[in-house]
This record gives sequence, structure tokens and C-alpha cells, in this order.
Amino acid sequence: MIKFRIGKKWLYIPLVAMAIFYLIPLYIMLITGFKSFAEVDLKTMWNLPQGIHFDNFIEAFSKLAPSLGNSFLMVIPSALISSMLGSLNGFILAKWKFRGSDVIFPLILFGMFIPYQSILIPLVQFMRMIGFTGLFGLSLAHIIYGIPITTLTFRNYYASLPQELLEAAKMDGADMLGIYRLILLPISIPSFVVVLIWQFTSAWNDFLFAVVLTGNRSWPITVALNNMAGSQIIAWNVQMAGSFLAALPTLLVYIFLGRYFLRGLLAGSLKG
Amino acid sequence: MYKNKDRYLSIILISPSILAVLIFVYGFVAWSMRVSVSAWKGLNPDYTFVKLNNYLGLFSDPRFHVDVRNTLIFTGVFVIGSILLGFILAVMLDQGLKGEGFFRSLFLFPMAISYIVTGVVWRWLMNPATGDRLSGLNLLFSQLNLDFLINKWYTTEGWGIAAIALAAIWQMSGYTMAIYLAGLRGIPAELREAARIDGATEIQMYRYIILPLLAPVSLSALIILGHMSLKVFDLIIAVAGKQLPLDVPAIYMWQTTFDGLFYGRGAAIGILLLISVAILIIPYIRYTLKAEGSS
Repeated sequence: MIKFRIGKKWLYIPLVAMAIFYLIPLYIMLITGFKSFAEVDLKTMWNLPQGIHFDNFIEAFSKLAPSLGNSFLMVIPSALISSMLGSLNGFILAKWKFRGSDVIFPLILFGMFIPYQSILIPLVQFMRMIGFTGLFGLSLAHIIYGIPITTLTFRNYYASLPQELLEAAKMDGADMLGIYRLILLPISIPSFVVVLIWQFTSAWNDFLFAVVLTGNRSWPITVALNNMAGSQIIAWNVQMAGSFLAALPTLLVYIFLGRYFLRGLLAGSLKG
Repeated sequence: MYKNKDRYLSIILISPSILAVLIFVYGFVAWSMRVSVSAWKGLNPDYTFVKLNNYLGLFSDPRFHVDVRNTLIFTGVFVIGSILLGFILAVMLDQGLKGEGFFRSLFLFPMAISYIVTGVVWRWLMNPATGDRLSGLNLLFSQLNLDFLINKWYTTEGWGIAAIALAAIWQMSGYTMAIYLAGLRGIPAELREAARIDGATEIQMYRYIILPLLAPVSLSALIILGHMSLKVFDLIIAVAGKQLPLDVPAIYMWQTTFDGLFYGRGAAIGILLLISVAILIIPYIRYTLKAEGSS
């Protein structure tokens, strides 16, 4: 035992080495972002900046600001609505089972694993048909394809609650919606946080739906960033600063609410 | 009566979601299947039935062969790499070291970032330029006198896709670490004590006790990561754009459909992807729900 304890200290060597590996991309984004245009050179890309400059960030922001706005506009309602729906569905599937609900649940679940290439053509056709183009159509897609994961998370949470909790309320004369509103909703706040940040992150980070459903005025950040990186005109240093701006909102969510992020990850270990 | 009212209400409340999933998942899959057996090539839909020609065309298409090969390489490197790395990190973090929470958060943060961001940054880290224009990791290797590590990354002939898998490992190994760590925490300490008392070495304990107990976790990781590799798309686009040596089915589907307007073939690729994912996922969903039901 003791021998093993002494050995433990050595574990910091591989751990720190791995930490460096995980930090490299972040390091390069940040130091490049803070360099002045004059210092930017691929040959000295690993050197620390001489002083703090915001040239790259300002340049990247001026190019990406509209699409950052688009992303927020699209992500916030998507996350809110699909979480609400998931909570309601989860409640019904866990506590108000009806005939066939055990068949419906796995059918809904499969929806979160499908490769979206297998529904992409109909999705685009359908959205064009009903005239839901741009951000509105994109939000709708995120809401609907978000239903499986939000339903799963809430169903698992509600299923873990004791039935007695509901029975007592029923005795007091509460009906279904009453039980949901007065008993389940208030204790679901942590689950809401988990689901909301999960949906926020996946809608913010999505590229495939965005690239087929939006045009250049309604591009969210992922599409705009990818186009920026693909163009020959925009220098790599501005791309790095742009990448950091694109990563910042989800990084901040992760830094401040990481606990919930991890919980969401484990709760939906059925997750693709 | 009271009960009946609630029963109807619950069905009414859940039906919009069910309907949406039925249409957007199952309806659209059926629609894609129909397109995949049609002659649709061009701006206007053409549903002339052409049997399985689009599929047969793909099976004899050299580009699709490249896609299958790339997917296999990517899956192999990505899945094995993420599972091994995630497991090793989890075991190290499970030793009760100080600063565990810090390392755990650090290993997990790439998951919060989009594949596009990861791709754009790794594209510069894995810059294959040589000589005077040496940059990215190659430059770092050269500055650290590790020249033997310098390589062509994603432009390596035949194996470029493995470099993309490295970026994917960077992004996803935190996930395997997290689920392995949760699994390790679930193993009762008495079990380890008992093994130690019986004279098992640490390695024997992992080999004969811990690994078998973690088999369900490994299976989940295998399936989740495996089905992700079948769908890989954004990361490759962000690192290298659309280029044949790094082609995968998802990129081929996108290009042939939206650039080439060959909807029939695009839909066929989509359906083939769906079938491969379903083979992995359906038994997994059944297994998970059954395990839940019996516990």
C-alpha cells in the first residue's frame, strides 16, 4: 500500500503531459489572437506575444459579428423549446404511461442516433415547401431533432422519483397538470440546466443543418467560420481569433456550469 | 372519469412531439428511401423508379471505395485511440490525487467546442508545409529537436484520414474518460481490498477484476464512438475542405446532392449510412432499456 502511495506522485508527469496536449489548441488560439499584426508569422507561431493586442480579435469580430448574432438568435429559442417539450414528454413517459408508450420511447430514442444524411434531402425539400427558410427553419430542425435527447434525460430523471410523491398529490386532488406544475417542475430545475446547456452546445456547434438550411445572411457562426477559414484572403491569425470567438460562448458555459455538463453527458450516456 | 380526463390529456400533450418525430425521422427516412430508388438528378424532383441502380452504382464506384476505406481507418484509429486514452486517464484520475477535478475538467473541455473550431485550429497545427514554410506541430517538433516526428499529417498518402482521427481523439477522449471514471467509481472498494488481500498485483486486479466489470462501459463507448465515426463530416471539412483522399460517405453525400444535384445517389448514401448506424444502435437501445427494466 505505502509503496503504491509513493508511486502515485509520478502520475503527475503523464497527467501534466496530457494536460499540455489538451491545451495546445487553446494556447495557439489565444497567443495568436493577442499578437499584433506585425508579429504574426508562421515561423514564430509558438512564441508568446509581445504585449497584448486586440487587432486579430477586432478584425475577426468585425467579420463574424452578424453570424454570432444569428447563432444566439437561433440557439436560445431552440434550447428553450426543446427542453420544455422534453420535460413534458419525459413526465408523461415516466409517470403517465399509456398503452403503447413503451413502444414509443425507443422509437423516439432512435431519432437521436440517425445519421442526418438520411433525412437531409427531405428536410431541405420540406422546409422549402412550407417556406421555413433561414434561421427559423434551422431552429425548428434543432427543436425537433433535439426532442429525443431531451425526452430521454427528463424521462430518466422523472423515473427515478418515487411514485409516492405523485400519489400524495393525487390524494390532495391535484390533476395531472397540477402535479406536473406544482411538484415536478420545481424540482426539475437542475435537469433543466443540464438539458438546456446540452441543447445550447449542440445547436451552437452544429454545422450540417446550418449549411444546408441557411443562406449567407442567416449563417450561424460555424458556417461563417468555416467559410472564413476556407478563403485564401483571410490570414490564419484572424482565423485563430475567429475560432476563439466561436468557441467562447460554449466554453464559458462549460467553465461556469461544467458540473451540469458532465451530468448531462453521463445521464444521456445514450448519446450521439 | 377523472382518471380518463388525465389519460386523454397526457396523450394530447405528447402527441405533437410524437408526430414531429414520426414525420421528421421516420417519414423523412421513408422519403429518402424513395428518392434513393429514383432517377432524380437535377433541380427538379424526378421520382422515376430505377430499382437499386443508385446503390449498385455506389458499390462499383471507386470514390465510394475510398470512402469505405477511409471510414474504416478513421473508425479504427479514433475508437481505439479514444478508448485507450480515456481509460488510461480515468485510471490515473481514480487514484485520489490532488487536483483531480482540475485535470478532469481540462480533459473534458474539448467536448464543449464545435468540430469546426477544432478543425480550423488543427488545420494549422497539422500544417504539412515543409522547408522554410515549416509551421504548426512540425515546427514545434523541429524546435524541440524531435525531427523524427515531423510528418505530412492529413496529406500522408493513403493514411491522411488517420491524422483527422487524431484531432477527433483530442475532442472525444474526455468523454470516454468521463464514462470510465464514473464506472470505476461504481466499483465497490471492498472488491479491490479483497483482491489485494488475496495477493493480486495492481495489474492483475485491473486485468481480472476491473476490466471485466467495466465491460458494459467499454461496450457503450465502442458503440457511441463507432456510430460517431460513421457520421464524421464537419471535422474533415474544417481541416481540409472537400478533397478526394479524405473523402467519407457523409461528404460524398453532401457533394453529390447539393453540388452535383444527383439526389438519387445522395439519398442512397444517406440510407447506407442509416443502415450501418442502425446495426450498431438498435441492439444497443434494446440492451440498455432491457437492463434498465430488470434493475
